[in-house]
Amino acid sequence: MAARAIWKGKLKLGTSKIPVKLYSAVSDRSVRFHILDDKHLMRVKQHMVHPDNGDEVSNQEIQKGFEVEPGKFVIVTDEDLKSLEPKPSREIEISEFVPPEKISQQWYERPYYLGPDGDENAYFALAEALEKRKREGIAHWVMRNKSYVGALRAQDGYLVLLTLRNANEVISAGDLPKPAGREPSKKEIDMAKHLVSLLEGEFNSADFKDEYRERVMEFIARKAKGGAPRLAAVKSKRKTTSLDSVLTKSIEALRKRKRAA
Amino acid sequence: MPPKKATRKKESTDGDSRVRPFWSGTLTFGLVSVPVNLFPANQAGRAPLRMLSPEGEPLARKYYSEKTERDLEADEMVRGYEVDKGKYVVVTDEELERLAPEKTRDIDLTRFVKEDSIPPLYFERGYFLTPAANSEKAYKLLVAAMEETAQAGIATFVMRGKENLVAIFADHGILRAETMRFADEIRSPAQVGLPEKRKVPPATVRRFETLISKKSKRDYSPSKLNDEQTEALLKLVKKKQAKASNVVRVESEERDKGNVINLVQILKRSLSGKTK
Repeated sequence: MAARAIWKGKLKLGTSKIPVKLYSAVSDRSVRFHILDDKHLMRVKQHMVHPDNGDEVSNQEIQKGFEVEPGKFVIVTDEDLKSLEPKPSREIEISEFVPPEKISQQWYERPYYLGPDGDENAYFALAEALEKRKREGIAHWVMRNKSYVGALRAQDGYLVLLTLRNANEVISAGDLPKPAGREPSKKEIDMAKHLVSLLEGEFNSADFKDEYRERVMEFIARKAKGGAPRLAAVKSKRKTTSLDSVLTKSIEALRKRKRAA
Repeated sequence: MPPKKATRKKESTDGDSRVRPFWSGTLTFGLVSVPVNLFPANQAGRAPLRMLSPEGEPLARKYYSEKTERDLEADEMVRGYEVDKGKYVVVTDEELERLAPEKTRDIDLTRFVKEDSIPPLYFERGYFLTPAANSEKAYKLLVAAMEETAQAGIATFVMRGKENLVAIFADHGILRAETMRFADEIRSPAQVGLPEKRKVPPATVRRFETLISKKSKRDYSPSKLNDEQTEALLKLVKKKQAKASNVVRVESEERDKGNVINLVQILKRSLSGKTK
């Protein structure tokens, strides 16, 4: 079943405008739980109450405030918020193209597919050009009264747009001190590199399954039928030994496994 | 998982002197094990607005039963999965914990891949791993091996009631874990309903390549990505603050104490080996 586009616009590149549709690239599979009251097993509701007497305050009465210092709030009205909304636009502007490695994985937030909305030639040509040039476009657009910055990329011949986090949301490793403690020796590093090379492979996401989610769903199904499924007890952790001997043993074990395969 | 919120105790008032890591566990590669603590690498960036009463008192969010219209305490609520309309199966914290097998409590790096070989569609959220309990040397060993080979480690592990697929990167001497979506959580172009790829005229591709080259920058840092909307809000707040009629005060210094936790400070402390 084809997905519904959540937004339509034009990708602006120099003087050309490529009409595109935006689709979520994610489908949520997490197990959805609800909060229930334990007496009636009914879903609970939420409301806002006065902290001192517990009296409900209705939505109409609630005002929003920004805490400028502890206990001191500046009231922000709905009109204020409205005035801060960006000007509506249907254009995705590309400010620059950058090498992909300039954006670490930390910045990516939500992925979207862009699909062609008419001119398929221009759409697939841009995807091919991005792939050939090995570049990522920095995109700016406004969607649902919010402005976004994203990375425009080619993925398997299609265009994807990944929203990027704001600078104040990301802590960079470069701003943190390196961990304290003794450095490993060159010999140890060489052994560890060897160990890493023995474990090296391709990234294939199909190799990894959310087994826990499957177990939780199975458990729920059995419980729904009135069963009281038995569960294993939680086990404790293992112990550690000297780094050198452990590295040697690991390499030996992996070599043996490779030979046997 | 939202129900966690329901059972979470109110933050204690003894400040942030002993902030607990988000998760603690053991990173393993081969037979080498590295005990680590995990902290978020992202923080809430948006300036939060508080909900206030007409008198300007900060309000509290409460759960209540529709049947009795009474507010519920944390121990009066359970987590339920809807199997039929209005019919729920109750699942406890303990049951969820027991469904997580021992092996998934460790981050077992069973595979290493080229750092840049993972499509960014997969990345969800970043965390820093810091060395715990005398594991600095093994930690640095793994960092050095990954840095010198430009490899990222892949593993799955269970954290806070969810199995996570992670890629672990060596980043400026620190291990950073990025949780990833599972294969079935990413739609394919065909599932979305995008048209089949087609051959396009080489001249059109070249025209876009020229456009890309013209606008290309070799150097770029996303650290200049400012949240303009939040900045505009802060500006507006400053302006309004000058006029007393827009400002409310409440006489309760107790209320928000210890709530502001500086993640960067915690990370710095954790990396310097001072855990307490």
